[in-house]
Amino acid sequence: MSNQKKRLNGGEREDEDEDDAEGIGEWERAYVDDRSWEALQEDESGLLRPIDNSAIYHAQYRRRLRMLSAAAAGTRIQKGLIRYLYIVIDFSRAAAEMDFRPSRMAVMAKHVEAFIREFFDQNPLSQIGLVSIKNGVAHTLTDLGGSPETHIKALMGKLEALGDSSLQNALELVHEHLNQVPSYGHREVLILYSALCTCDPGDIMETIQKCKKSKLRCSVIGLSAEMFICKHLCQETGGLYSVAVDEVHLKDLLLEHAPPPPAIAEFAIANLIKMGFPQRAAEGSMAICSCHKEVKIGAGYMCPRCKARVCDLPTECTICGLTLVSSPHLARSYHHLFPIAPFDEVPALSSLNDNRRKLGKNCFGCQQSLIGTGNKPGPCVTCRKCKHYFCLDCDIYIHESLHNCPGCESIHRPKSVSLMEE
Amino acid sequence: MPSVASKLYSDDVSLLVLLLDTNPLFWSTTSITFSQFLSHVLAFLNAVLGLNQLNQVVVIATGHSSCDYIYDSSSTSNESSGTGLPVLFGSLLEKLGDFVTKYEQLSKEEEFENGIASSLLSGSLSMALCYIQRVFRSGHLHPQPRILCLQGSPDGPEQYVAVMNSIFSAQRLMVPIDSCYIGIQNSAFLQQASYITGGVHHTPKQLDGLFQYLTTIYATDLHSRGFVQLHKPVGVDFRASCFCHKKAIDMGYICSVCLSIFCKHHKKCSTCGSIFGQSKLDVSDKKSKAPDT
Repeated sequence: MSNQKKRLNGGEREDEDEDDAEGIGEWERAYVDDRSWEALQEDESGLLRPIDNSAIYHAQYRRRLRMLSAAAAGTRIQKGLIRYLYIVIDFSRAAAEMDFRPSRMAVMAKHVEAFIREFFDQNPLSQIGLVSIKNGVAHTLTDLGGSPETHIKALMGKLEALGDSSLQNALELVHEHLNQVPSYGHREVLILYSALCTCDPGDIMETIQKCKKSKLRCSVIGLSAEMFICKHLCQETGGLYSVAVDEVHLKDLLLEHAPPPPAIAEFAIANLIKMGFPQRAAEGSMAICSCHKEVKIGAGYMCPRCKARVCDLPTECTICGLTLVSSPHLARSYHHLFPIAPFDEVPALSSLNDNRRKLGKNCFGCQQSLIGTGNKPGPCVTCRKCKHYFCLDCDIYIHESLHNCPGCESIHRPKSVSLMEE
Repeated sequence: MPSVASKLYSDDVSLLVLLLDTNPLFWSTTSITFSQFLSHVLAFLNAVLGLNQLNQVVVIATGHSSCDYIYDSSSTSNESSGTGLPVLFGSLLEKLGDFVTKYEQLSKEEEFENGIASSLLSGSLSMALCYIQRVFRSGHLHPQPRILCLQGSPDGPEQYVAVMNSIFSAQRLMVPIDSCYIGIQNSAFLQQASYITGGVHHTPKQLDGLFQYLTTIYATDLHSRGFVQLHKPVGVDFRASCFCHKKAIDMGYICSVCLSIFCKHHKKCSTCGSIFGQSKLDVSDKKSKAPDT
């Protein structure tokens, strides 16, 4: 909580895990400097009033939305929907540091697991691979694949921190793997770096130029301090560089990479990809499934080209190599292509004009009252197109999870252009 | 008193959000009249409210030209002015009557519209999810929400993206969408919604006994569904249809930029205009070379 407030005031600060000259630790500083108990208030009957974080939370959310929409500049930009992402995790001795509880390694593993699930939720047609750096050598934990369970099992298998870290070896290994990826895919690398140095066998600048030429987009999330080489790498390849100050911030930074980034048009060649839409196998039918090599009864799918049985979608048929998906998987990515415009803020103490008086008593989405304390209009937002009023919580829910404006969807559009017809 | 309420909150308290289809283009073509249908629905709502003291019911009307909240059993404005006893559903019928007269008057042109007479399912689904999200925010003691769609109008293809967005959001919130389809053709949207979110889908054959279908299949709360055998989903067809001919296909080609589906190989994507197999750099080089000649 106090870290969040500091971030709002001063921007990023470097993580200090040594005691400073006065001999007080990081945890004690929160009590001495912040005095968070002074923010508590009592109501009339003497009970504690909960601290109203919703206004701060909403202001942060609006700032983030404004940055995103400024980048989009009102036009519909292309997003890289078919992504091949390698996650490089630094397991050098710096990952055993305890400034993130219980250790940097454990926190990274936990958050990467959540990131992998979120990634496949938002990008069902993409694939992830895992690489770890230990003892100065980069190892491939898993190859590019679309099943979250395989990756998570491999990640949680061996969690140990040893030796030095080498950025160049990791980049060389990832470059070798990603060169074999089809040309319509977007190649990305996400590096979680905890060390403060890199021990390389050759010239890392050459490797960076090689990655730039192969159109790899490298992003780095640092856990200790800002480093020039990481910044240079991200600038050259067009990625994002950020440094985490605590566990919550690390999770936020990681999840920022889950939605597809704006695609640089020259990076991927548009192509038609052949895909199959398998039907569900009949109840009670018996077949040997091609993924587990066991006899299975009933639930499963049949590849339309070679009739092999697969258990789960989306997947690549092991026999003939056809990508198998179902239409909801494609539909999961449609909200990236048709995003809704952000709502406009309504100044809280605006006079009750006619429109507001008619529509603005209750939030259109959840029917919560928009009249604040003392019968004055409380803070709310309004949609530019349908002119309905929404409360702040519905604003966040609509833009982060639902991706539909209830007001715009409740208007009948005669003979509208059908964008997607199924 | 908060302590009494927490003792009463057992596992089977439910919040039922009912999406009622009021599309006049559909109700003019059915065997059962809207008022007969309403009597079945009101008896069902009474049954749900009677199952548990803390159950809540919210009704949203899905119309042809608009959607709106009709009834909320937890709001205090349901009591009649005189005696202080709640007037059961008097306010519901009044508000429904107002809604229908205000929004569902069709102009002459719309009656002859040759298109599909669909209702605004995506709008009412979005409103229901916003309401459920508000219930989740209200604290750790809340009823378990679910959505029931009573729909007869056919699917409107222009709502596909919005309906799928709502379905995925409901799946994330773990809110099942049950659906009871009383129309003629099959509704692919509702089948997919119930399958993906773990709800129950059924098409009753005899609408005279609609109340019986509703109470035996849809009145069970989420906790008890673990012990009761309800309809299992049978072979939901998830095949996609191609954009050029609108027929369902087994294998097709997907544009890597905008994910449009085609059944044959094309040179150019009709949705996003990307040219296939050619990198953007080649195209811009050709354009810069041409004026030199």
